[in-house]
Amino acid sequence: MELANIEKLLEKYMEAETSIAEENELKTYFSGDTVAPHLEEYREMFGYFSASKKEKFTKTIQLKSQKLNWKWLTVAASVVLLVSVYTGYQKNQQAKAEKYYEETQYAFTLLSANLNKGTAAIYELQEFETTTNKIFKQPK
Amino acid sequence: MNQSEFLQKVMPFKDKVFRLAKRLLVSTEEAEDATQELYFKLWKNKSKLNDYNSIEAFAMTMTKNYCFDRLKSKQASNLSLVHSNYKDGGTSLQKRVELNDSVSLVHKLIENLPEQQKIIIQLRDIEQYEFDEIAEMLNMQPTAIRVSLSRARKTIKEQLIRQHNYGIS
Repeated sequence: MELANIEKLLEKYMEAETSIAEENELKTYFSGDTVAPHLEEYREMFGYFSASKKEKFTKTIQLKSQKLNWKWLTVAASVVLLVSVYTGYQKNQQAKAEKYYEETQYAFTLLSANLNKGTAAIYELQEFETTTNKIFKQPK
Repeated sequence: MNQSEFLQKVMPFKDKVFRLAKRLLVSTEEAEDATQELYFKLWKNKSKLNDYNSIEAFAMTMTKNYCFDRLKSKQASNLSLVHSNYKDGGTSLQKRVELNDSVSLVHKLIENLPEQQKIIIQLRDIEQYEFDEIAEMLNMQPTAIRVSLSRARKTIKEQLIRQHNYGIS
């Protein structure tokens, strides 16, 4: 494109009166090699604009929430709490039962020990009786 | 709006959202986070999206507002503002080399423009939206946009000339 035309377009451009198509014309002109020396600063401007448009968002966008879903977290926490309370209760019951069992066991051993003492005494008594019977023969 | 419709209608302009966010927030990481956040918001409100006559214009408005909010909260805490100036990991060396290039001299000049002009330059000269579309996005009169755009373009040109003369002399 001829220089006079470009200069006219630039003037319009500076007043922000160019259309998108005209601005594209300027962009193509300034991306070429034949830029007039006195318009050098425009080359930088348009070059920057064209280069900037090429920048891309490279990361992947996550549409689902990255943050923890608090609603589900509370549900999970309450389930854990319930389970642990239940098992704790069970354990407690079992421990109690074991304690009672031990206590009764102890009571029984005590009882049997005392009972055995009694039977031993009775046995001695019996022994005494048989020996007396041997010595003093009982008339039949 | 279901998922495939969303992918068809909303996903194509994700780069534009990202570039506008980057123009305003400067740091690439911040702009990526913003894009992710904005798309998540759009997805959550997908049932209402068809009520807008242009989803893209709506998304750009959303992006602008979101970035302004981010900038405001950043200004409130000075520490993160300082931090973000240095936070541009990965390509930092390449970036620094680029900054010496004349191409990103334009970048720096745009950075120094007022927010409004920055957005308009981004939407018009880079994304090439029509004035009517920009008017809808920014809720401004097209004439006011032209005035602002002309001012921004002139500032960039004058600064470029000044910088070059300085370099020569």
